[in-house]
Amino acid sequence: MIDVKDLVKYYGTEQAVAGISFNITPGEIVGFLGPNGAGKTTTLRILTGYLAATSGKINILNYDIEKNPIEIKKRIGYLPESNPLYYEMNVLDYLMFIAELRGIEKNIIKSRLSDIIYVCGIKDVLNKNISNLSKGYKQRVGISQAMIHNPDILIMDEPTSGLDPNQIIEIRDLIKNLRKEKTIILSTHILSEVQATCDRVIIINKGKIVADGKTSEINKFVTGNEELTVKLKGGIENTAEIFSDIHGISELNVKNISHALTELKITSKHGVDLREKVFNRAVEKKLIILEQTRTILSLEDVFRMLTQDEVPHSAKKTEINNESES
Amino acid sequence: MNQNLESKINFNNIWVIFKREMKTFFDSPMAYIVLVTFLMITGWFFSSTIFLINQATIDGYLDILPLVFIFFVPAITMRLFSEEYKSGTIEIIATMPVTDNEIIMGKYLAGFGIMAISILLTLFYPICLLFVSKPHIGTIIGSYLGLLFIAMFYISIGVFASSITKNQIIAFLISFIICFFFFIAGKIIGILPGFLVSVLEYIGIDSHFNNITKGLINSRDIIYYFSASAFFYILTLRMINIRK
Repeated sequence: MIDVKDLVKYYGTEQAVAGISFNITPGEIVGFLGPNGAGKTTTLRILTGYLAATSGKINILNYDIEKNPIEIKKRIGYLPESNPLYYEMNVLDYLMFIAELRGIEKNIIKSRLSDIIYVCGIKDVLNKNISNLSKGYKQRVGISQAMIHNPDILIMDEPTSGLDPNQIIEIRDLIKNLRKEKTIILSTHILSEVQATCDRVIIINKGKIVADGKTSEINKFVTGNEELTVKLKGGIENTAEIFSDIHGISELNVKNISHALTELKITSKHGVDLREKVFNRAVEKKLIILEQTRTILSLEDVFRMLTQDEVPHSAKKTEINNESES
Repeated sequence: MNQNLESKINFNNIWVIFKREMKTFFDSPMAYIVLVTFLMITGWFFSSTIFLINQATIDGYLDILPLVFIFFVPAITMRLFSEEYKSGTIEIIATMPVTDNEIIMGKYLAGFGIMAISILLTLFYPICLLFVSKPHIGTIIGSYLGLLFIAMFYISIGVFASSITKNQIIAFLISFIICFFFFIAGKIIGILPGFLVSVLEYIGIDSHFNNITKGLINSRDIIYYFSASAFFYILTLRMINIRK
């Protein structure tokens, strides 16, 4: 449905997008995730035809974006970053303007309008000036604008930025309700947003895709990512020898040692739960475990690791499906 | 990007954009401040020549109008693109299924429409003259046609200037400077070396405007106004494309 191949974009001499490729199938909700300046907005702007790519091939709904931009634009709804609106217009005039520009036929404009007004919940503000609306309502108007022509593809650049928590949930619910009928791409730097709404996540950093896969399996992007903190009673000098031969340990550090307590930090290979083995070994050696804590990396950690250079973790592009349990 | 030149023009899109620009202009109080100022200034130039030389003529008044336009046109056109850049709405309009040509044309025609309305409002002055004397009707019609041509040209400059920057003040100044150049070009030929004279005389609006106010409508002048406007129109199109 959306086919992007080796997309590159330069602003002058500055490279914003450094050759990314991806493929989005109908009905997917894809989250573009990345720090500010990673190239998310640029990528979305190219998909919507606002910017032209420096090089690369883009095919959307079987149309080439260079040859048939108008056909593609007809089928995409777009909510740009920071939700620009004509503030001097009132909501109804604005939506009428968009509907006419979208080329919606006169006889169905009314029904489309009333549909969208209902779906986005903007009935109460129709005759208000956009400049007087609250941020949440402005966002709804922005989303109405993007959906008024019932597009196949909906592209939203940071749809919840600047909203309060209640409004964020409302907008997310709105997006979720659309999931059956539309292909949705949204960008964000808020990680929980991706977890809450997207099926798939594409993490971008410095113009490159660093990870691409299902949201539920995102923590597998980074290997060696589970940590176990173990507190043992008493000061034990040779802990490293006692535990280090357990299968699945990739790293073992003694964090803290005093006469009353020994604290270990064990890093395991991903997907391996070491708690039982550690417990058994401790029992074998007659050691008393006071505490065992397993830390699964949050999305935040994965994101940080993938998008920060100084973190030594292997952060190369990983395809989940091909990963074997090592 | 060539598709913009090749693809058919959808007049409905131009109309929708034109309509919004006109509505935005006339919905804002600024419109009326600008219009009233324009009418006051033109009215003053009109009446002062009449009472000074005590003749029912619009000649002096017509000479001064292109100068007034130099201030007035940039004030109307400066927001056409600059404001969209500044507020980001250009991203909305540029991702609609409309071509760059349609966007520019809609905005251009809106600018021209506002100018045309302003110019027609000033028809009030020559009509006043009809009550006190017998001015030459042909001259009035020719002059007003000439004014519309100048407006058409200046608006294309203004639209271009507005497409360069998101700063309306800068847009105003750039179009002011370019308009001023074309205004002054025909007036300074007396102090220039010979080889420049014919060039500047052709480039400047003066000679073309003078012909029309004399009642001479020839193709040479009409071609001048249209090609000059087209030149800046194409520059605008290039500018919009470069921004991509």
